[in-house]
Amino acid sequence: MAINTEKNSYTVIFAAVMVIIVGSLLAFLASGLRPRIDENERFEKQQNILYAMGVNQNEGEGSVSFIPTDIVEEEFAKYIKKQLVVLGTDTKEREEAYLIDMKKQLNIIKNGDEAELPLFIGEKDGKEFYIIPMYGKGLWDAIWGFISLDKNMVVQGVVFDHKGETPGLGANIKLRFFMDDFTGESVLDGNRISGISVVKGNNDPLNNDKEDNQVDALAGATITGNGVTAMIKETLKLYKPYLETIRTK
Amino acid sequence: MALLSKKDANLILDPLADNNPITIQVLGICSALAITAELKASVVMALSVLFVLGVGNVVISLLRNVIPSKIRIIVQLIVVATLVIVVDQVLKAFAYELSKTLAVFVGLIITNCIIMGRFEAFALGNGPWKSFLDGIGNALGYGVILIIVGFFRELLGSGTLFGIPVLGDPIRKTGLYSTGYENNGFMIIPPAALIVVGIIIWVQRSRNKALIEEA
Repeated sequence: MAINTEKNSYTVIFAAVMVIIVGSLLAFLASGLRPRIDENERFEKQQNILYAMGVNQNEGEGSVSFIPTDIVEEEFAKYIKKQLVVLGTDTKEREEAYLIDMKKQLNIIKNGDEAELPLFIGEKDGKEFYIIPMYGKGLWDAIWGFISLDKNMVVQGVVFDHKGETPGLGANIKLRFFMDDFTGESVLDGNRISGISVVKGNNDPLNNDKEDNQVDALAGATITGNGVTAMIKETLKLYKPYLETIRTK
Repeated sequence: MALLSKKDANLILDPLADNNPITIQVLGICSALAITAELKASVVMALSVLFVLGVGNVVISLLRNVIPSKIRIIVQLIVVATLVIVVDQVLKAFAYELSKTLAVFVGLIITNCIIMGRFEAFALGNGPWKSFLDGIGNALGYGVILIIVGFFRELLGSGTLFGIPVLGDPIRKTGLYSTGYENNGFMIIPPAALIVVGIIIWVQRSRNKALIEEA
């Protein structure tokens, strides 16, 4: 049986049937896989938070290796002592504060309302870590990460990730050689909480100077680097009232 | 008995050499520029396109007699987009790490002109098996160029391959760098890919004069 595929009615029916089939296939797939995807995203957040406070499986100078997903929940419960939301200088304990979406909170702030900013207090070898989530803009799309500080406002570790930075250029913000540079840098400029700048040509590629609030930029990724600088600065500005209450003067 | 007849084998082998989608048909250049700064990304992209083009060609070929010609381009787009989203979702659920590496490429796969080109030029007029071979062949031809370009750009631009330093440490001046060698920063920006692709085209055409168009 030959079908006349040129008739308008056939075209419309074909389009409708195809949309229904494709639409239901994708809807079915998306809802079926949702729980697994959510779980993966949760594990990833936990891995990132732990990574920022130095709980990871890095070896030597190689690649980034997170705590494996099968034990990340136990490790998270073990090392993260408190999950807080920060309101100005006050804090409230909040279960599962790590699931708060930083992007949404920043939008709330932009609209002039009071946002709930998550902060995590971790403890390792008797030392306290204040871990702060960050969210900002790179060249193409969003960048985000976590920064952990001690009471002296010295960075204990950072972790960055991105949605669509250029592979080989801006995407390198999530590599060890870039992230490791932040560790040990102070976010204090004089006595003021300011941030850390990603700068080109600071004549310190090995980052031996930990007092200059600067780390060496990535070649070919100026805008992504500026995005990281801005992200750290903006985030610390939001948390400043609270950080002032905990820091040792 | 050969696994494939000579005709079928040519469907795979032609795009690898004398009918390469990038160097001869000059399709898919945008993604060849965008993601070849490192070898790993090239390989991931090559594999993704291999899957999407292989499966997509078969789907389009099976549907070729029922697709209304007026809306065939839209149908083709939907098939590609659906495949890409299915792959993306399945990877997110079962291979999360890999899916994050791939996320950047999803949009690039949908808009890759090689895919639409093969649907339009081949799958609409040929059976599923032939279309499958054609898809695999073209994806391999595309992937080979991507990997060659990625190899040279990562080696000369960053001194690494798959992220592993092969020429020494540029900051501490060890290995080749102790002789005064420097990474060529130009290689990691997109225009370098055009030059590398250009050199490949030059080499290919000087070896096979038949490929040179009449001026």
